[in-house]
Amino acid sequence: MSKFTLEEVNDMYVDVLRELGNIGAGNATTAISSMLGDRIDMNVPKVELLEASKLGSCICPEDEIIVGIFLEVMTDIDGSMMFLLKMNSAQYLVNKLMGRDIETKKEFDEMDLSALKEIGNIIAASYLSALSMMTNLVITPSIPHISVDMAASILSVPAIQFGQYGDNALLIETEFGDDIMINGYFILMPEQDSYGKILTALGLSV
Amino acid sequence: MSQVIRVGMADLNICKSPDIITTLGLGSCIGLTFYDPVAKVGGMVHYMLPDSTQMRNNSNIAKFADTGIDELLKRVLAAGASKSRLVAKIAGGAKMFEVSGMSNVGNIGERNAIAAREKLKALNIRLVAEDTGLNYGRTVELHCETGEFYIKSVGKPLKIM
Repeated sequence: MSKFTLEEVNDMYVDVLRELGNIGAGNATTAISSMLGDRIDMNVPKVELLEASKLGSCICPEDEIIVGIFLEVMTDIDGSMMFLLKMNSAQYLVNKLMGRDIETKKEFDEMDLSALKEIGNIIAASYLSALSMMTNLVITPSIPHISVDMAASILSVPAIQFGQYGDNALLIETEFGDDIMINGYFILMPEQDSYGKILTALGLSV
Repeated sequence: MSQVIRVGMADLNICKSPDIITTLGLGSCIGLTFYDPVAKVGGMVHYMLPDSTQMRNNSNIAKFADTGIDELLKRVLAAGASKSRLVAKIAGGAKMFEVSGMSNVGNIGERNAIAAREKLKALNIRLVAEDTGLNYGRTVELHCETGEFYIKSVGKPLKIM
């Protein structure tokens, strides 16, 4: 099997990711909506292929503070994944979940961070089960890790991961919400050997 | 009036007094600066990975410690710095997420910092200040008028080295 690089990424793979984004975001929306007890809508996700070194500024200015939730994935494929929320979206979700006024603005305490981790966990599991379903591969996530820091700092992690194989990175953007739309960004980072496994499982030639 | 020169990820540039050179939000990457206090010339590279020789695709030299530091040295010398007077300062190399360490993402920050120390030793340039590791992002600035190295992090006091 030849080594896969994102330079060779084709439209079909982007379509696959878009579909993954669709199903994953659908699962996530259902889960969050039952957790919050609200009806939530979502938009069709956007898949973006961009230069790894531009990742730091692709969501917002490099020094804007965002929330990053990071999980390792294992079993049939190895790698990691990340879910990113802008601060206002994260704040909104936490307020909803903790039953506070949605306008509340305060620094996250331990309890809030724990709630965010749980949201990240649910969202990550939603995407992973979509990927698992599409590929028939067993994919197990680790516990979630969270970081609230500058966008460029958090995004250096996927940028480096992608940077090891080439110069491009893939990002799935999903919008979901009710009266307030939440922008979430999902990044899947399989180890190089696992790309081949995913593509083969999907019936795509590498 | 001093200007502020921005260095992106996998990028490098030089800077002369009274200007300031900066890079925003270093995570596991390293921001390395050179500074000649007499000529008041400096420069900064923001690299992502420790070693270009292990990569198939290594066309962007500012992406790697080895090639990036070489290129930065060449550029500051060309701008009038003297190698014997150069001092280096580094920041970054954080471990943004407390992962278990089975993947090579876990310790990339640390490997990036080690790569800087080794490269500087090989080039015989003094490393006079270092703020690396831990688990938070850093915005750094090199003030070419004074040689001061500013490190800003979320919820932490400004550090000047």
